[in-house]
Amino acid sequence: MTHLPYIAASYGLALGVILWLGIGAWSRTRAARARLAAIDPRGLR
Amino acid sequence: MTDVNTVPATFPAGRNLHRFANPGRFLRLSGAILPYVATIGLAVLGAGLIWGLFFSPPDWQQHDAVRIMYVHVPSAWLASSGYAMLALCSLFSLVWRHPLADLAAVEIGPVGAACTALCLATGSLWGKPMWGAWWVWDARMTSVLVLFFLYLGHIALVRAFDDQQRGYRAGAILALVGVVNLPIIKYSVNWWNTLHQPASITLTGAPTMAPSMLWPLLLAALGSTLCFVAVVTARTRAAVMERRIRGLTLAQVQREAA
Repeated sequence: MTHLPYIAASYGLALGVILWLGIGAWSRTRAARARLAAIDPRGLR
Repeated sequence: MTDVNTVPATFPAGRNLHRFANPGRFLRLSGAILPYVATIGLAVLGAGLIWGLFFSPPDWQQHDAVRIMYVHVPSAWLASSGYAMLALCSLFSLVWRHPLADLAAVEIGPVGAACTALCLATGSLWGKPMWGAWWVWDARMTSVLVLFFLYLGHIALVRAFDDQQRGYRAGAILALVGVVNLPIIKYSVNWWNTLHQPASITLTGAPTMAPSMLWPLLLAALGSTLCFVAVVTARTRAAVMERRIRGLTLAQVQREAA
């Protein structure tokens, strides 16, 4: 495969951004859900 | 002041929009569809990227470097369409005072900025072997860089005020003013002599790309769009819950102080 370093860097960056955004959103939602459940379980409904 | 827990009075055109402004309804509806959107998005994106990386043919001129297209083009589309979504939320916020639109706009900003940064970075990685330079002040690249700064400005502005509502209003105005950049990005390759080629895929004409390259590109674009929607929805859900936590905590403190 020609230009392999450039291709690998591009796909690596894309994967990194997807993981960073996905895991960030998931962990933030999980933390908020847990805190809200602790304060007021009705708040999740 | 608009709060997500209250539905303000509005004129009839915006009344239907407020059916979905109830935070509880939003949490229920988004919670039901989010796992499907995220799973399908990841599967479609994975299929598109694997197809593009391993099974699509190399370009006769660019050779394998053309495979960068399967991450660069979807991120470019999302950078622009994400900003259009941001502007739409800002319009709902300013005109109809839609309470969830403010939160959605705040959450779209960082995701759109990340897509724009990815577009610029992968563009540089594609440009270096093809054009011999990491960066040139080409009209398309410069206008996308301006888009990145608009995202950063929005992110900073909505967080710059003690009064959140003032930040939301200022951010909404900036987002709407910045919409003028979207047609500049789109038509920059037609209006000026740029290193970028004109669009290969248009709504009105047949694509000028081989189907063996077009299909993985469309899959990657569809998958990344679904992932974008899933991430923004998840972040907006978190923001709704965090706002509710702040409200409940404040009420508890006031009760204890009384």
